[in-house]
Amino acid sequence: MRTPAATLCAGAALLAITPALGADQADQIIRGHYQAVLGDCAGCHTRPGGRPLAGGLPLATPFGALVPPNITPDHETGIGNWSQTDFRNMMKTGIGHDGVRLYPAMPYPAYTRMTEQDIADLWAYLTTVEPVSNKVEANQLPFPLNIRLSMWGWNLLNFSEASFQADPSKSAEWNRGAYIVQGAGHCGTCHTPKSFLGADQDTSFLQGASLQGWFAPDITNNAQSGLGKWSEADVATYLKTGVNAHSTASGPMAEAIENSTSEMTDSDLKAIAVYLKSLGSDTANAQAPKPDEARMVAGEAIYHDNCSACHGGDGAGAGALFPTLVGNSIVAQGNPETLARVVLAGSQAVHTAGAPTTPAMPSLAWRLKDQEIADVLTYVRGSWGNSAAPVASDDVAAVRKELVP
Amino acid sequence: MAREKELTMTTILPRKDVVIVGLGWTGSILAHELTDQGLDVLAIERGPWRDTATDFNIGYAQDELRYSVRRDLFLQPAVETLTMRNDPSQTALPMRDFGSFLPGNGVGGAGVHWNGHTWRFWDSDFQIKTNLTKRYGAARIADLQVEDWGVTGAEMEPYYDQFEYLAGISGKAGNIKGKLQDGGNPFEDPRARDYPNPPMEMTYAPTLFANVGRSMGLHPFPTPSANMSRTYVNPLGITMGQCTYCGFCERFGCANYSKSSAQTTILPVLMKKANFEVRTDSEVLHVDLAAGGKSARGVTYVDTSGQEFFQPADLVLLCAYGLHNARLMMLSGIGKIYDPVTGEGTVGRNYCYQTNAGAQVFFDDKNFNPFIAAGALGQTIDDFNGDAFDHSGLDFVGGAGINCIPTNGRPIGTRPTLPGTPKWGSAWKKATVAGYKSTLGFSSQGSSYATRTNYLDLDPTYKDRFGRPLMRMTFDFPDNDIRMSNYLCDRMEEIAKASGGKQYNVARRKKGWDSVPYQSTHNTGGAIMGTDPKRSAVNSFLQSWDVPNVFVIGASAFPQNAGKNPTGTVGALAFRAADAIRTQYLRNPGAPLVQA
Repeated sequence: MRTPAATLCAGAALLAITPALGADQADQIIRGHYQAVLGDCAGCHTRPGGRPLAGGLPLATPFGALVPPNITPDHETGIGNWSQTDFRNMMKTGIGHDGVRLYPAMPYPAYTRMTEQDIADLWAYLTTVEPVSNKVEANQLPFPLNIRLSMWGWNLLNFSEASFQADPSKSAEWNRGAYIVQGAGHCGTCHTPKSFLGADQDTSFLQGASLQGWFAPDITNNAQSGLGKWSEADVATYLKTGVNAHSTASGPMAEAIENSTSEMTDSDLKAIAVYLKSLGSDTANAQAPKPDEARMVAGEAIYHDNCSACHGGDGAGAGALFPTLVGNSIVAQGNPETLARVVLAGSQAVHTAGAPTTPAMPSLAWRLKDQEIADVLTYVRGSWGNSAAPVASDDVAAVRKELVP
Repeated sequence: MAREKELTMTTILPRKDVVIVGLGWTGSILAHELTDQGLDVLAIERGPWRDTATDFNIGYAQDELRYSVRRDLFLQPAVETLTMRNDPSQTALPMRDFGSFLPGNGVGGAGVHWNGHTWRFWDSDFQIKTNLTKRYGAARIADLQVEDWGVTGAEMEPYYDQFEYLAGISGKAGNIKGKLQDGGNPFEDPRARDYPNPPMEMTYAPTLFANVGRSMGLHPFPTPSANMSRTYVNPLGITMGQCTYCGFCERFGCANYSKSSAQTTILPVLMKKANFEVRTDSEVLHVDLAAGGKSARGVTYVDTSGQEFFQPADLVLLCAYGLHNARLMMLSGIGKIYDPVTGEGTVGRNYCYQTNAGAQVFFDDKNFNPFIAAGALGQTIDDFNGDAFDHSGLDFVGGAGINCIPTNGRPIGTRPTLPGTPKWGSAWKKATVAGYKSTLGFSSQGSSYATRTNYLDLDPTYKDRFGRPLMRMTFDFPDNDIRMSNYLCDRMEEIAKASGGKQYNVARRKKGWDSVPYQSTHNTGGAIMGTDPKRSAVNSFLQSWDVPNVFVIGASAFPQNAGKNPTGTVGALAFRAADAIRTQYLRNPGAPLVQA
């Protein structure tokens, strides 16, 4: 029988395996590990259940499939042959070792705002990761996009190397939040709408976007579709635990919380909340068209038969277990894609130290027709003070088709 | 030659610190505790993986035909059954369908489909032989084979507390640190604190039952329930939801995270631990012992493809259903099988059950709305349970809780009709309409005390699909227990009369246990705990006397059964065993915790 193993914190573990390191170097590696948390490197570069950073699952982009490469220090299949300068240039410009141009699925348009120090720390950490031999064919795009030189033109149109510009009129906390959101945290990669070339539309920064079959909601302070009804503490709790009084994370955000935000420091989460709560305005908000009365009646009946046992007759839900539907940001989005997807496919909450339950919504695709789902969602979006637009049967059909091609 | 063939066909796996057989309540509790201790733990589960949203989908979880009538979640007899007879003079025959009791199957075990009645046994239950001998003399229990458990009520209290807070039990304390509490059970032992959740909202039937009981000078109180009276976060940080009173508990998984089970209280945390692994759809064939038979080397199991594996482990925990624990010991040669003729041997000794009876009261003018229900939503009267009452002038020992717990109003199974009603046709239809809403039911859950000839062993004739002998159950209700049950039926008749209905019916328990109609899945004993290795299979920490790196955890350890549902005590014993392993056994692995 082995003696019980002590739980080692990340820092102690690093020191234990690299006893020859100086204290400064060890500190840098620990800081770099935190940069990897902020940047959620594992979210793309680690396969579920796979070896850390040894390559991820294919990303479906509107242009084709890209596979996140092996970024362990393996010489043959990883980035063992890269220099620190190679790495720095890749993060800043999207041009990697040997001048290879990256596709912006790697969020270098955000990482370019990271400081030289943070990038150097991250590099120091990546050199200490266990090397794994795993060959990844990253580029699976169709011609002509598979020609990486095409990214020369894309970058010319859509990208310029940048540094984070602090706003001296704002607090240090706000600036820290802005730095994480715009830089390492690369929130806009999902939450900012894209142009037809796949570039961020800066005028709609963080106002919600559709990707990989999910709608990443508006995370500005918009009262109708964004975080307007959330307190700063609500935002921080959501990012820390995956659930708060208004919503439960699902889809890609659940993964981002598990791998990244739940591991961030409380002060960084607060800073992110302060920054996000300062964005956006309500001037463009319009009253959604009033739903058809017959659909509301049908939707209400479907709701009581299928939803109310968990979400309650009044949509109020139950704490961390069953999300409230009243003012829920997923319910409130203009685009009902995520909402329809959750009803069709079900969804499981993320596991975090603060909220370990992982309650799940069952799939109801087998039980409800597209029109019924459209009606019940229309009812939910138009009840208890919610005022999002009605959902069409075709919207549901489109999501169903994606789930069962 | 056969041995050689067997060896070459078995894949030998890397060793684990601990292997657990069965991932139900006890397996999950032990796995959680021992992984917290830093040990590398593997659970091997015969049935499938099961989780709330995927397996107890809200859209079909309340399918009475599938789950209650066709018993979808239960162990199927083709996988494992046993043979039964009423006394040793008979030839046992296989139970080709489960009826009287329904063992569970799969992750969560029987804890998936229980009702949720969560009791503490009393000190007078644990020290039963000492207590009864002192109070009534040895002659009174001469026909019985009752045994002390080797623990006191006070020793068990902190472990009951742990289980009740893990499972979020809804109830009302009757005795906190010796001070009686209004509205609770005045007969219970002192507890350190109240239940974690208040009692459930009472429906009309138990409210009426309690009022009648109080008017007779009895002491009704809310049944302690594992159905949540409110949203609850347990000590592991896991949230459970408020019960919706849908009335689909027993035989069903809960779709609303409202009934305590391994799934709703432990697994969300356990499954994320790097030092825990479960292998489902894998059946353990036996525990492998080292030469000399004094220590276990691991277990041999087979997966659904028929591939056989040897899993080495330093510590083996049998956490299967109690009956299956006893059989695995017999098949593995852990301890000596009990012989009722000589009284020698311990494995299979003191098999006990539950001695139940029921009463119905029929009204014209009442509507009980029986479909508003939960598995453990009700009221209990313990005035005639255990040794809460004086048996001096009586001809039996033991007793029963009288429970009014209308668990459901399900459309297929709940069809109360007046005695004499035809079983089919228009008269039955009329009677079922009249009886559905207006019938009050309650029952006595009686103690079951051991006798010399109620026991388990291996059947000489019948074998399972792997060629292993089936276990043979020899059981009938002891005369003592029948007398006890009749006394309780007299008490129920008094309550029925006082209820003011137009007619009542009391169904009395008779000799001749019948394995066909459902009675209770409270099979106890077979690997009982105690202080004497000649009369018990495990010590009071549930460690095998014969093979000290094997612990046998479950109702198999009960030397006899009290007039209460066993799960609370099973959970408490699991926590106590885990505590003993963590704080004592690991200091000197492989050594007995108690010197015989």
